[in-house]
Amino acid sequence: MDFIYSMTTCTAAADVITLADRAAAAVDTNIWLSILYMVLALVGIGALTAVLGVVLIYAERKIAGHFQCRLGPMRVGPHGILQTVADTLKLLLKEDVVPASADKAMHFAAPLMSLMATVLVLGVIPYSPILQVTDVNIGILYVTAVSGLGVMGILLGGWSSNNKWSLVGGMRAAAQMISYEISATLSVLVMVLFAGTLSLSGIVQSQESGWWIWRAHGTGLVAFVIFIIASTAEINRTPFDIPEGESELTGGFHTEYSGLRFAFFFLSEFINMFAASAIAATLFLGGWMPFYIEGFETFNKITSLIPPALWFLGKTAFLIFIFMWFRWTFPRLRVDQLMRLEWKILLPIGFINLIAAAVIVLTKFYFFPV
Amino acid sequence: MTAIVRTLDDVLIAPAHPGRGATQEYFLNMGPQHPIAHGSLRIILLLDGETIRKVIPVPGYVHRGIEKMCEHLNYRQIIHLTDRMDYLSALMNNWAVARTVEKAAGIEINDRIETIRTIMAELQRIQSHALWWGVLGMDLGAFTAFLYSFRDREIIGEIFEEIIGARLTMNYIQPGGVMYDITPDFADKVKKILSYMKRMVEEYDTLLSGNVILQERLRGVGILTQSRAISLGCTGPVLRASGFAYDLRKVEPYGAYEKAQFDVVVGTTGDCWDRYYVRIEEMRQSIRIIEQLIDDIPAGPTMVTKFNTKIKLPPGRYYNHVETARGVLGVFIYSDGGEKPYRLHFRSPSFNNMWAITEIAPGWRIADMIAIQSSLDLVIPDIDR
Amino acid sequence: MDAEKLIYTIIALQPACRVKDQADRPAIEVAADNLPEIMETLRNDDRLSFDMLLDHTAIDHEPVAKFELVYNLYSTLHGHYLMVTCDIDRQTALAPTMSMIWSAAHWQEREIYDLFGIRYEGHPDLRRIFLEDDWQGHPLRKDYKDPDMLEFEK
Repeated sequence: MDFIYSMTTCTAAADVITLADRAAAAVDTNIWLSILYMVLALVGIGALTAVLGVVLIYAERKIAGHFQCRLGPMRVGPHGILQTVADTLKLLLKEDVVPASADKAMHFAAPLMSLMATVLVLGVIPYSPILQVTDVNIGILYVTAVSGLGVMGILLGGWSSNNKWSLVGGMRAAAQMISYEISATLSVLVMVLFAGTLSLSGIVQSQESGWWIWRAHGTGLVAFVIFIIASTAEINRTPFDIPEGESELTGGFHTEYSGLRFAFFFLSEFINMFAASAIAATLFLGGWMPFYIEGFETFNKITSLIPPALWFLGKTAFLIFIFMWFRWTFPRLRVDQLMRLEWKILLPIGFINLIAAAVIVLTKFYFFPV
Repeated sequence: MTAIVRTLDDVLIAPAHPGRGATQEYFLNMGPQHPIAHGSLRIILLLDGETIRKVIPVPGYVHRGIEKMCEHLNYRQIIHLTDRMDYLSALMNNWAVARTVEKAAGIEINDRIETIRTIMAELQRIQSHALWWGVLGMDLGAFTAFLYSFRDREIIGEIFEEIIGARLTMNYIQPGGVMYDITPDFADKVKKILSYMKRMVEEYDTLLSGNVILQERLRGVGILTQSRAISLGCTGPVLRASGFAYDLRKVEPYGAYEKAQFDVVVGTTGDCWDRYYVRIEEMRQSIRIIEQLIDDIPAGPTMVTKFNTKIKLPPGRYYNHVETARGVLGVFIYSDGGEKPYRLHFRSPSFNNMWAITEIAPGWRIADMIAIQSSLDLVIPDIDR
Repeated sequence: MDAEKLIYTIIALQPACRVKDQADRPAIEVAADNLPEIMETLRNDDRLSFDMLLDHTAIDHEPVAKFELVYNLYSTLHGHYLMVTCDIDRQTALAPTMSMIWSAAHWQEREIYDLFGIRYEGHPDLRRIFLEDDWQGHPLRKDYKDPDMLEFEK
C-alpha cells in the first residue's frame, strides 16, 4: 500500500488534535479534565447549532432579498441583525398545534430525528487543526451513514401528520433522498481513492500540496459538481425541494408542524446545508488547508497567515452562498424528472468518474505531480 | 330524457378498494386556500399515486352576484363593477361594457378617445402578462420571478396612478369617452416605460424561458388540441396557443387597433410551453402597438356626452366583446328601454378557459397540474363574477 | 357570409326559425322542441359551421311568464356570428341540453341552472356551480327573495 501513503505525505503537516484526543489523553491523569473536554464538546456543538441557525437564516433572508431587488429584514436591529432572534422567540412561544388524528409518538419524534441526523454530522467535521470534536477513522463513511437517517425524520413527519398532502411530501422525500445518496457517495469515493483514507482529517491533510478539486486530474471537478447537485437534493433545496414544495404542497411534510417542532425541521434544513457545504469543502476544497502552491514559498507563507479556521469558514460560506443562489434562481424539477436525472444521468457519470479515478490512482498515470 | 339534479357529494364517491396488488385512488382537495389557487378556487383531484385521474373544480367562493347588481345600476355605474371581475385587465373590462353601450345607444366617439383607450388597454395587457409570468415562475419554484415582475408592474402602475388615479380599480373608460384627459408629458413617460419594458421582456426570456428546468416542466405537458379548444369555448392565448389565430383586435378591430401593425401570436402544439411563449410574445406585440400610437394622439374632447346624462338603450338584445388579456370578454345586454339593463350577462374568458383543465389534466401528475393551471392564466373573480 | 345571406340560408335549411328583430346581430328565434335539431344543423352544415358557442345565457321575462334562452354562436371557419333565442315556459323551466354539441355548453348550462333554475334534459352533470348545493332559490330570477336581502324605499 506504499503508493497510497506516498500520496499523503504532507510537507508541513500541522498536527491535528481533536477534543476526543484531548479527553482520551486526560482520562488517566485527570478525570475531571477529561469530563470537561467532553462537556465542552457537547456545549460547543450545541452552541454551533444555535449560532448557525441564527446566522444562516438571517443570511438566507438577506441574500434572498438582494436577489429579488429588495432589502430583506431591516427593522429588527440594525439592518435586521436580530431578526432571527425575534423569529426564534416567536416560534418558541407559539402554540403547538397537533392534528387530532395524528400519530402522536411519531409526530413528536420526527423533527427530533431530523435534527439529530444533522447534528451528529457536525461532530466529525474538521473545522481547524485544533477544532474538531472527534476524528473517527471511518469519517466520511460515518457521515454518509448518519445523514441517511435524515430521511427517516421527513418520512415519519409526512406519515404521522395524517394529512394527504404531507404524505405525498414524505413519499417524495424518501424517494429523492435515498436516490441521491448514491451519487453523493460515488463522488465521495473518488476523493477517498485519491486521499487514501476515510478519516476527514486525513483527507484534509492530504490536500496540503493542493486541493483535490484540481489535483485529481479532472475527476475531482466532475466529482465536485456531482456532489453539489446531489447535496442540493439531499438537503431538499430548490431545484429539488419538492418534498416541501411550497407552491404545490403548501408545506409538504412539515405542513402540520408549528412552533418549536417546526423550528426543529427548519433548523435541521439549514444545519444540513451547512454540513453539506462543510463536507464538500473538506473533501474538495481542502477543509482548513490554506491555498498552497508548490514552490512559491513566500506565497505559501502569506496564505498561511490566515488562520485555518477562517479558511474553512470562507470555503463553507462560499458553498452555502452557492446553495442559496440556486434556490432563488431555478424553478423546481418534477418528481419523475428528478429521478431520471439521478438514475439515468448522474449515476452513470458518477460510475465512469469513479472508474477513471481508480485507473488514475492505480496506474499512477498523473498529468501533473500529485 | 329527464333532468336529474345532483350534488357535489354524488360526484365525490370514493372508489372501492381495488383488491390486492392494485393501488387505490384517493381524493385530494386543493382547497380554496392554497398557494397556487390564484384566488379562491377549490379543485378536487382524484389521484392514483401521483397521477391525476379526474379534476373537479368547484368555483363560487368569490361569487358576488355582479350580474344581479347590474340590474339595479345605470350604465355608468356598471363600469365600476367591471373593474372587480378580472382585476388584471380592468380597463379592458370597462371598455367591453362601454363599447356595448355605445354601439347600442348609437354614441359616436372620436379618434382621441379611441387612441387613449387603446394605449391604456395595451399598457394594462403588458402589466397583466407580467404578473402572470411572475406567478408562473413562483408556482414552478423560481420565486425571484414574482418580485421582478411586480417591480415592473409598479412602473406601469405609476402612470395609471397619474392619469387615472387608481392602481387596480380603474373605472376609467366610460360610455361616451374616458374619465380624465392625459397629461402633456404622457407620451414621454410612456416611451420611457416602453424602452424599459423591452429590456425587461428580454430579461424575462433569459431568466425563465431559457431555463432547461422550466422547459422540461412546460414542453409537451398538458396538450389542448385546436378542435377541443374551440368546442370548449376557450379564447385568448389559450386558443391561440392551440393553433387558431382568433384575436378580436385583428378579426373585428375596434379602438385604434386598425392603425397599428402587429402580429397575432399563434402556437403550434397547444402545450403549456406554447401557452407560455404566446404570452411573452404578446407582451412584445403590445409594446409594438403602443409605440406606433403614442406619438400622434389626435386632439379632441375626451368625453363626447355630458357626464351626467342618463344613457338609455333602445329595447333589444345587444352583444359585444373585447379582447382582454385572458380572452374574449363578451357583454350581453337585454334592455327594456330604461336606463338600467333588464339583464346583463358577462361572457367571461376565465370561466370558459377554466373548464379546459378537466380535459387537459387527467393523465398528468400533480406537479403538471400546477404548470397547466398557471399556463391557463385564470383570474378567479372573473370565473365567479 | 353577411347577415342577410346567413339568415336566408338558415331559414332555407330549417323553416322552423323566425328572424328576431330586436337584436344587433343576426338573430333567429326557435321553439324549444326544434332547438336540438336546429343547433345540430347550425354546427354541422358546411356553409354555417358554427363550431364555437361563445355564450349561453337566459333572460327572466317575469311579466309574461317565460324564460328566454340566448345562444351566441361563432363560426371559426367563416367568421360569422349568430344569436339564437328560444322561449321556454317559466313554470316548468325545462330545456334541452346542448352539451353534446358544444362542450362549452356543459358548464354554461350549469351556471344557468344555478342562477335561474332552468333544468336541462340530458345534461350529464347538472349541479349548482357557484352556490352551495343546499341553497334555496335561484338568485337571478326576478322574484327571488333572500331573507338577508334589504329592500330600499325609492
